[in-house]
Amino acid sequence: MSILELKNLTLVKDGKILLSNINIEIWAGYVHAIVGPNGAGKSTLANTIMGLHGYRNFVGDILFEGKSIKNLSIDERARLGITMVFQEPARFEGLAVDDFILAGVKEKKENLIDEALLKVGLDPLKYRKRAVDKTLSGGERKRIEIASIYAMKPKLVFLDEPDSGVDIDSVKFIFEIIKDFKKQGTTVILVTHSPEVLKQSDHAFLICAGKLICKGEVDKMFDYFTGKCAPCNHVGNPEIEDGKTI
Amino acid sequence: MSENKILQELLFYSGLHKTSPDIAHVEIHGNKVLGANLVEGLIVKSESFSEGVNIKIEVVKEIKNPVRFCFGLIPENGIQKINIDTVIKENASAEFFATCTFPNAKNIQHIMNANIIIEKNASLKYFERHIHGPEGGVLIVPVTEVFVKENARYSTEFELIKGAAGVIKLDYKAKVERHGIVDMKARIFGRLKDKIYIKESAHLKGENSVGVLTSHIALKDEANAIVENEIIADAAFARGHVDCKEIVQGKAVARAVPIVQVNNPKAHVTHEAAIGSVDSKQLETLLSRGLSEDEAVDLIINGLLK
Repeated sequence: MSILELKNLTLVKDGKILLSNINIEIWAGYVHAIVGPNGAGKSTLANTIMGLHGYRNFVGDILFEGKSIKNLSIDERARLGITMVFQEPARFEGLAVDDFILAGVKEKKENLIDEALLKVGLDPLKYRKRAVDKTLSGGERKRIEIASIYAMKPKLVFLDEPDSGVDIDSVKFIFEIIKDFKKQGTTVILVTHSPEVLKQSDHAFLICAGKLICKGEVDKMFDYFTGKCAPCNHVGNPEIEDGKTI
Repeated sequence: MSENKILQELLFYSGLHKTSPDIAHVEIHGNKVLGANLVEGLIVKSESFSEGVNIKIEVVKEIKNPVRFCFGLIPENGIQKINIDTVIKENASAEFFATCTFPNAKNIQHIMNANIIIEKNASLKYFERHIHGPEGGVLIVPVTEVFVKENARYSTEFELIKGAAGVIKLDYKAKVERHGIVDMKARIFGRLKDKIYIKESAHLKGENSVGVLTSHIALKDEANAIVENEIIADAAFARGHVDCKEIVQGKAVARAVPIVQVNNPKAHVTHEAAIGSVDSKQLETLLSRGLSEDEAVDLIINGLLK
């Protein structure tokens, strides 16, 4: 059953086509990846689905659980159960990790914060009262950001370049929590150019130059991406497979 | 209203209605000292005059629990002038927690002049929380001069988050001798037609002295704030930092003028100032958690002012 459908999605910004006639169906309960080279339009696609500022004026439609969310604001989309871990998490001076994690939680259960922090390998005693600010490393902020999303129990989450700017230890925990998201019934969409991150998915979509090139199960997509796409130098003029399943 | 009832109300608003004998406290309403409890090592002498109170404070040893001061006026109108001379004797230390409460203010002036001397190896932490009513109607003029002697420490925090600020003219000056440390913070939420003027200044006169001046201001409606923080470093290895952050909403206006002056090539002073609306990345992060824009802005501002 699909949780998200993109229908003929096209986004033009400053006269440039960023997304071109994209049709995608995301099945509920799986880990999907949107993969492609830098500048392919992967984050643009995630930002458009999330409804971020500057990504609202598109042609086509986005259906979430069968209903159009085209005209909904970011927070309205989030309240339906769509959310996002940003590639570069924001810093919040003075905002405690506790408050940050609880910000998006509807049912505030005891131990929720501890559970979420432990899932990303952070000691609650050390981190709960710290501020989500520049005193945390990039890896710590990313893990706290992911913990906050885990505590929300969303229906659909985008993880935009989940391994960028983080240390090897953090990556290990992030890969583990991707499995936990799936276990708790959250549909995950990994936005990545990393073959290692791609491997964490069940199914992937390859995007290049704002176009859907192909899609398929992760093993085949891994081979295609590493063997054909990654060495390719013609970014902006991809060999189009017309979005077919490989 | 009886003095006892005023005292109870003052303490209630200040959140200080529960104390214990080992916690020193002094309560002043208008020009009257309504209550006091002193502990060993703390000497407080007061003298009333028509519009306020002169206070002399001496700390001669380490005071373990924070000393609580409660200043305020419960009526709608009035003047309160507080003149405080404080000496923290050599090797002594204390923490002062002051609340200034004007819950019903319509036309109130609260003028505070403080002279503080922190002797060698001594330290003082001073926290001042203001609690105002929703309408403003208060003129607050806290003027403080601090002498931080060799290897002494002074940190102060001025907080006005609840209620409308009214008009604030904060002027704190510190002179810091060798190995001395001064850390001054102001956190204020301006609303309505509040006018906020902050001038914090640290003169780093001694070698290895340190000064940090921080102002975090959030403004909405038609509030106006000017922050002029200044560090002058005269001595070798003196280090200073000026930090001003202001979030502006509605028709509010903010201005920040960080001034740094270095008179010794071995000294180092830095500054940063950021003024603007709420950061879009912070906002979108919280919106993507399902918070409304108002809820998200409140959370960001609360964090900044925390």
